[in-house]
Amino acid sequence: MVDYPRKKGQPRGMDFKRITPPLTEEIVEGLRAGDKVFISGTIYAARDQAHKRMFELIQKGEPLPFDIGGQIIYYVGPTPPREGMVIGSAGPTTSSRMDEFTPALLKAGLKATIGKGARSSEVKEALKRFKAVYFVSVGGAGALLSQRIKKAEVVAYPELGTEAIRRLEVEDFPVIVAYDMYGGDLFKEGVEKYRKV
Amino acid sequence: MRELSVDRIREEVKRLCIEGAYILEEDVQSALKSAFEREVSPMGREVLTQIIKNYEIALEGVLPMCQDTGIAVVFVEIGRDVRLDGSLEDAINQGVREGYEEGYLRKSVCHPITRQNTGDNTPAIIHTRITEGDRVKIKVALKGAGSENKSRLKMFNPTAGVDAIKEFVVDTVREAGGSVCPPIVVGVGIGGDFEKSAILSKEAILRPIGTPHPDEDIAKLEEEFLEEVNKLGIGPMGFGGTVTALAVHIEVYPCHIASLPVAVNIQCHADRHKEVVI
Ligand code: SF4
Repeated sequence: MVDYPRKKGQPRGMDFKRITPPLTEEIVEGLRAGDKVFISGTIYAARDQAHKRMFELIQKGEPLPFDIGGQIIYYVGPTPPREGMVIGSAGPTTSSRMDEFTPALLKAGLKATIGKGARSSEVKEALKRFKAVYFVSVGGAGALLSQRIKKAEVVAYPELGTEAIRRLEVEDFPVIVAYDMYGGDLFKEGVEKYRKV
Repeated sequence: MRELSVDRIREEVKRLCIEGAYILEEDVQSALKSAFEREVSPMGREVLTQIIKNYEIALEGVLPMCQDTGIAVVFVEIGRDVRLDGSLEDAINQGVREGYEEGYLRKSVCHPITRQNTGDNTPAIIHTRITEGDRVKIKVALKGAGSENKSRLKMFNPTAGVDAIKEFVVDTVREAGGSVCPPIVVGVGIGGDFEKSAILSKEAILRPIGTPHPDEDIAKLEEEFLEEVNKLGIGPMGFGGTVTALAVHIEVYPCHIASLPVAVNIQCHADRHKEVVI
């Protein structure tokens, strides 16, 4: 059996910071690359096609389907839920595919995104400029993450199916700060430490 | 001649798709547990803890381990003494269709240009071979795009040698970084021609972890490549660590004197492969 760092009965995530959106500048200022964070409250699910559409709306100067000020977007396309369940498996998808659209959304007030993998230097710059943060949740942990989602409701583009924009109510949703607003980069710092070539 | 109903094939493919999405094979389970024991980075251990908890939740059969339940890749070996009573491809696709529907799996297959979803996760990618005997062997892999997207193929000069191949494999893993959901399995296909090397690399990831290549020299290369890959320090989810890959598997095939194709296929930790012999 695996020796989990946390023993049974011990409260969950003693070493996790806790945040609730909408995120204020103070909250973002307090987050550093490498921090483990629990998110509780409302976040929004959107991925490739929804990003393309939101980006076009911004370019045309039209309103977005939800108020993104201070909000968190989670890059996820869940599996279909079983009867009586809120959502199916719901882990992160690769963030870099959203890179070309992200700076415009950050400029419009978005404060954080959740996905997996490294991102472009443009996104990193935009995080510094607009004081925002990039979280990673564990890729492929869709079953575990699904259990932390308490409600899910489609708010735009239902025709996109798994790619529709959803409002999610989450509780103790575990993420790790990958990039902070100071230019901190967990991928770079972490890999430096363990690289032997 | 052994008569076999294609209905049986449909049934098995459906079962393998559903079980694939929920039940991580023993070889991967134990490789992940041993990765947790070996990993020295605290963040890597946190990630592995979540990965292990995650597949344990999936084993209950309610939530698939990953939301990307992939495109179905099916390898079929049909004994030449088997007589089927219908279309093999139709039976496989029907099995995929039913498996993805009844297993509550995500339908992730679409037209490459219009991006219109086919709605039922078909067609599957099917590779068929005729073998001796009267058995049918079916292997199904649910291949997610996150790791598949970072796979690469290169046509080397025939004089390039092993070091160049090694460098290409290591570079591919470095480029892939954390977005392919490490710890990964690296499948390497060396030789054949353009498409053969790619198919070999896919067959390589389907080999159970902990089973080295039967040829000792190739097995040695597998160990050597694995060591190099793990020196990259990418670690679980790319946050840094000592376990980037669980295994490197190599398959080889003779090639033209003027060429040396090498394909690298990347498999994430949600390494969903199942097989059955009928
Ligand atoms: S790379 Fe694999 S584990 Fe990660 S999200 Fe894709 S299918 Fe799931």
